[in-house]
Amino acid sequence: MSDDVILRMENMVKTFPGVVANAGINLEVRRGEIHCLLGENGAGKTVLMSTLYGLYHADAGSIIYKGQPVQIRSPKDAIRQRIGMVHQHFMLVPTLTVAENLILGQYRYWQRLSQMERAKAEIRRLGEEFGLRIDPDAVVGRLSVGEQQRVEILKALYHGIDLLILDEPTAVLTPQETSQLLGFLRELADKGLTIIFITHKLEEVMQVSDRVTVLRDGKDVATLNTAETSPRELARLMVGRDVLMEMPERQGEPGEVVLAVQDLCVENERGLRVVDGVSFEVREREIVGIAGVAGNGQSELALALAGLMPIHSGEVRLNGQVLREWTPRQVSQLGLAHVPEDRHGMAIILPFSVSNNFVIHSFGDEPFSRHGFLNFSRIREYAQRLVREYDVRLVSVDDPISSLSGGNQQKVVVARELNREPRLLLVNQPTRGIDIGATEFVRQRILAQRDRGSAVLLISTELEEIFHLSDRILVMYEGKIVGEVPPDRSLLDKIGLMMAGHRAEA
Amino acid sequence: MSDSRSDILALAEERKALSVEAPASGLRRRWQVLLWSTLGPIAAILAAFVVSGLMLLVAGFDPLFAFATLLRGAFGDLRVISEVLLQATPLMLIGVGLAVAFRSNIWNIGAEGQFYAGAVLSTIAGIYLGMLPAVVLVPLVLVLGFVGGALWGVLAGWFKVRFGASEIVTTIMLNYVAIIGTGYLVTGPMIEQAGTYPQTAKVAEAARLYRFLPPTRLHIGFLLALVFAVIVYVLLFKTSTGYAIRAAGHNQTAARYAGIDVERTVLLAMGISGGAAGLAGAIQVSGLTFRLYQQISPGYGFTGIAVALLAGNHPLGVILSALLFGALRSGSEVMQISAKIPSVLVFVVQGLVILSVVSYGVYQMKLFGRLRVAKEG
Repeated sequence: MSDDVILRMENMVKTFPGVVANAGINLEVRRGEIHCLLGENGAGKTVLMSTLYGLYHADAGSIIYKGQPVQIRSPKDAIRQRIGMVHQHFMLVPTLTVAENLILGQYRYWQRLSQMERAKAEIRRLGEEFGLRIDPDAVVGRLSVGEQQRVEILKALYHGIDLLILDEPTAVLTPQETSQLLGFLRELADKGLTIIFITHKLEEVMQVSDRVTVLRDGKDVATLNTAETSPRELARLMVGRDVLMEMPERQGEPGEVVLAVQDLCVENERGLRVVDGVSFEVREREIVGIAGVAGNGQSELALALAGLMPIHSGEVRLNGQVLREWTPRQVSQLGLAHVPEDRHGMAIILPFSVSNNFVIHSFGDEPFSRHGFLNFSRIREYAQRLVREYDVRLVSVDDPISSLSGGNQQKVVVARELNREPRLLLVNQPTRGIDIGATEFVRQRILAQRDRGSAVLLISTELEEIFHLSDRILVMYEGKIVGEVPPDRSLLDKIGLMMAGHRAEA
Repeated sequence: MSDSRSDILALAEERKALSVEAPASGLRRRWQVLLWSTLGPIAAILAAFVVSGLMLLVAGFDPLFAFATLLRGAFGDLRVISEVLLQATPLMLIGVGLAVAFRSNIWNIGAEGQFYAGAVLSTIAGIYLGMLPAVVLVPLVLVLGFVGGALWGVLAGWFKVRFGASEIVTTIMLNYVAIIGTGYLVTGPMIEQAGTYPQTAKVAEAARLYRFLPPTRLHIGFLLALVFAVIVYVLLFKTSTGYAIRAAGHNQTAARYAGIDVERTVLLAMGISGGAAGLAGAIQVSGLTFRLYQQISPGYGFTGIAVALLAGNHPLGVILSALLFGALRSGSEVMQISAKIPSVLVFVVQGLVILSVVSYGVYQMKLFGRLRVAKEG
């Protein structure tokens, strides 16, 4: 068996001041397999792989690569050992072409011209071989996110590697791009490349990997053959307890119409019509999911409803009231609570304390302010109550919210918005970038809010989430609603086609 | 946005997320903040003295003697100290005002013009309303000074809100309007009776600030500046208005989302910071010069920027940094006279001190940004 093993990491320990990120992890990866590294945020996946790639130095432990103990002190060492890594955030120069990015920093300037031709030829060859066509002369900045990621992988392959590490590669991709990527990785593995795939998504593990190692709290809890495990078992190993995979049924029938949108059009700053004649209704006790590939007008639809983007034409009624010039304050007075898509950019103020972030809408109202003066003890009490209720993990509500993990930040946002007892809850990408425990929690709270009688409009690019939560699904494509479907998993293919622009047949 | 960020940042975020569990981090962070925010500026000032000492040496002066006279000029006796406090007064007011603007992410470079605007309005009142009793006239003069500066500031704020004009450009342009406008007034319509110098008549006795430490010139304007700093501190950190200003400064999008009227906070911040500069102008006229003339401000509005930045835009910190700049100004005047250092070199010394503390401030923001935010409410 040991011939098979390309990489063995033994008893890896890495601590940061006050934190043990890796507490003695063992990992064994076989040649030519796709090996998933599964774990919640903060389980130590990225730290472990960054150690392998030479970005961190382990406090203890040994790395045996291709049968030899190795010391990897920098990414340069890693590349020399034929190890490549594709990071979550791309390392490409957007103004250069694909080929230029590939040879960047590699050769003396008199070699570049000849290398450029070689690079172009290599890109074409790889394109032929794996069916991933990329124009070597295309400017990287003009490529889609999925294409840019392919360039990153190409860059690694171009250096000549035997082991490829991918850090949450699907976090930025559409469902279509994801399935393309997974197919492509499978082909690479079949040709003999070893792939380590960091993820916290169970479906991806089941879909793509040969084996999976689950990390929890800086330790490896299990290594399993994917064929012999189930999402439920993986979820339990990852979280350390049973996870509710199926959501409860809705209690009661939808009630009155809360939100009625008629022929809504929204134009962006460049005058492009990004929401184009959209009509739909959301009733009490109902979750309407809007599915679609990112960038098809869902974000602008949400912003327009929340009063953060001007409505160009059409009519929006919230609680029966028609408003043309919405301000966020007016909208929220009519009972809208909004969990925005852009957590850091919009939902929270990073340098502010956790407790101040809890009162972002209501800091000026009683009891948080009296006669214009903030009442800190009231604000703190309120924050502490919600922190307990929503199980936000933190040291103190007086710490800046930037010190919380993404999942806990999102819990703060969700707690704040749900606690406003909204008539309409607008949630956009509520679980993006947060771990499975927090995801489950957030989703249950959204369902509970529906059962308390709120109307919920859910926007998500994750089909799995849409199916999980929605009572009705609308599909958006290029600013239009191209069809409505019930949340029936047998219709997955149909929705996939609609998301790609095929109209639903009547 | 996310794809341009390096993975190192992502790693740092992961580290940060992990470090939440560390119980000691809060206390340690507090200590680090305290250490760096006190030792840092001191080290920066010392470094500036070393460099400028070398320059004095090269130019053929005795740097130790020069610095000794500088210190004597700043802290030598009561009179000298009172002069330092007088120098610090306008800087303190302007610095406190700018701290508000900078905290709301507005780059008000127009404190100089706002200072002149306030000085003009209060001088008019001080001269032409001389028949009023002091209890009425003194507050009136101060209020008009504040109003003059505030209007000048709000004008730039309005340009920004209404037309999206960069406040950096408009406030600088308004500086010229105010300074040249003052020049016109003191050489034309408001020139004193004798008409020999380009200056106005003296303001009425009843418009002058009480000097509480004779024979020094120290007046209650200094105490007003201290009170003003405390008031602004309370406003920024203890009131809902301050919450809105700081929220809009940190993250305008989030502020809009939260229902904060961001346009209003821009106007408000410009009003407060302009008003503070205008008040400084009024106090300068009614407490010290008793009249308006062309060069009434030797660049207080610009030095005020450094004062605010050095203080990390904290109103109470501004008190200390204004005193430092006041001491520097006073001391270097004495250095120029007693140690016979040419004024050009004196400016070099001053400039180096300011440069090093300001660049320290920027460096600190970059390096300890995360530590500093720990202080934020």
